[in-house]
Amino acid sequence: MESSRVWYGRELLALAKEDPTIVALDADLSRSTMSTFIEQELPRQFFEIGIAEQNMVGIAAGLALNGMKPFVNSFAVFLTGRAYDQIRQVIAYPALNVKLVGSSAGLSDFGDGATHQSIEDISLMRTLPNMAVISPADHVQTKAITNYLARFQGPAYLRISRADTEQIFPDDYRFVLGKVDLLLQGDDLAIISTGTLTATALKAARRMEAQGIKAAVINVSTIKPLDKNDLLKSIGGNRRVITIEEHSIYGGLGSTVAEILIQEKAGYHLKIMGIRDLFGQSGESHQELLNHYQLTEEDLITAATALLSD
Amino acid sequence: MQIEEKLREKAKELRRAIFMMIGANCVGHFGGSLSVAEIMTVLYFHQMKYDPQNPGLKGRDRLILSKGHSAPAQYAAMALAGFFPREELSSLKKLGSRLQGHPNLLSLPGIEANTGSLGQGLSMAVGMALAERLQKEKGRFYVILGDGELQEGQVWEAAMAAANFGLHTITAIVDHNKLQATGPICQRMNIGELRSKWEAFGWHVIEVNGHSIPELIQAFNAAEQNLKGPTVVIAHTVKGKGVSFMESVAKYHNGLVDENQFQQAMAELQ
Repeated sequence: MESSRVWYGRELLALAKEDPTIVALDADLSRSTMSTFIEQELPRQFFEIGIAEQNMVGIAAGLALNGMKPFVNSFAVFLTGRAYDQIRQVIAYPALNVKLVGSSAGLSDFGDGATHQSIEDISLMRTLPNMAVISPADHVQTKAITNYLARFQGPAYLRISRADTEQIFPDDYRFVLGKVDLLLQGDDLAIISTGTLTATALKAARRMEAQGIKAAVINVSTIKPLDKNDLLKSIGGNRRVITIEEHSIYGGLGSTVAEILIQEKAGYHLKIMGIRDLFGQSGESHQELLNHYQLTEEDLITAATALLSD
Repeated sequence: MQIEEKLREKAKELRRAIFMMIGANCVGHFGGSLSVAEIMTVLYFHQMKYDPQNPGLKGRDRLILSKGHSAPAQYAAMALAGFFPREELSSLKKLGSRLQGHPNLLSLPGIEANTGSLGQGLSMAVGMALAERLQKEKGRFYVILGDGELQEGQVWEAAMAAANFGLHTITAIVDHNKLQATGPICQRMNIGELRSKWEAFGWHVIEVNGHSIPELIQAFNAAEQNLKGPTVVIAHTVKGKGVSFMESVAKYHNGLVDENQFQQAMAELQ
């Protein structure tokens, strides 16, 4: 198990060593977001903004307007929610080269409860023109995406979990914006997942395989701009599709996939799994919350079985 | 002094351009555009170093109109300064125009920041000034804020940050016309005493008559010489300045001017 946020922080530091225009900003959470690596080793390329996310986003816009490549760090919930208007008005609208990195996404900040759990950030960022929205599934992908974003011109939102994850992607994985990852072939149904739940989807699919059910597993890290044709190609002949994400069922991966499939007139049966119009709450572990909100392997197998008997 | 006389004439020309741009029988942000006319004039035609033929020039001075609704005043100044042809002013707020209702840097070269959602300009200046410090550039940053805009909390976050980072290249100008869209600020949401607020946030404060060209010039020069931290120029102004029926009348924040009023205004601004 590895920590995506640590891999993000290390990669950002490595990139900043090579490129003096890369700077990190944080709002008093650098030891959680892991911008602390850059803070400690390259203090000139780090700005502590204090507990002021709105100001931080505006400052990032100013830095980008003067040719810097700012990475803005905070918890996903504060960055995308508290500073939504700033992100809209001065980052997305002028299409500035600012990377917004939302940490502790989903339910991964289990103990702190609803105030700190971000289950609507994908929805908020996805609706903004010019904004890329990216949700990695493991530490390898997180590292690759961080590297990609350092060269990507324009605004992007990167969603990082606080939870440790199992390695899914090979060490030499290369990220391509918009492309999906077909991780497992299968022609009974397709499971489309993002973030931490891709590992869950893979485990569920392997268990189903033992029961004679062949599920394709497709990881979608680029929620936007998503290559529709690549997604449809990966779904292939499957007409039963389940999406699963650590996010509200409104506006996230499930909505993204639904918007695509419903316009295909191909008769897809779709089940969207996520957090059902509820706030999070405190729990003693991330897994306990995933159990409570019915986002486990067992829940996925139950949903798949129900969908197949439709 | 000849220069002052020239700038006074320029400010008049700028006010006329604001009227021509918005036009008769149209709604526009007259009040706050007229109150910043001298501030705009002094910045664009005396104080700032820039090249209208090369708006992206490195190390240039920059104006961020944080009170973006006063865009007509900035567009007028930019047209008079040669950023774009004067004829283009009449395209204000028309579909596809570079002159959006609020400034958009993607459409109009020379606009330094997208503003309109109030309270955000000073933060962007802080970012620009931090970048220039790293890049060892020497540009200065002028941020025009409305006094009503000071009700936005982000302004004070940015004020704190500018002082914290010792950004002496930033000069904020508060267009203190005492009126917001719906009435007198002291009655709608009193912003209280400004000098002590800015001083408490670590800023050097200069108060001027915002329609006095020599006072503005002197204040901007003093700000440039202050190397300790950021300076704010609290410019006492009159909303709707220069047009008798608009002066200190809140409804012309964004108001309609009919044909007769338009003619009267143009006559008064000759």
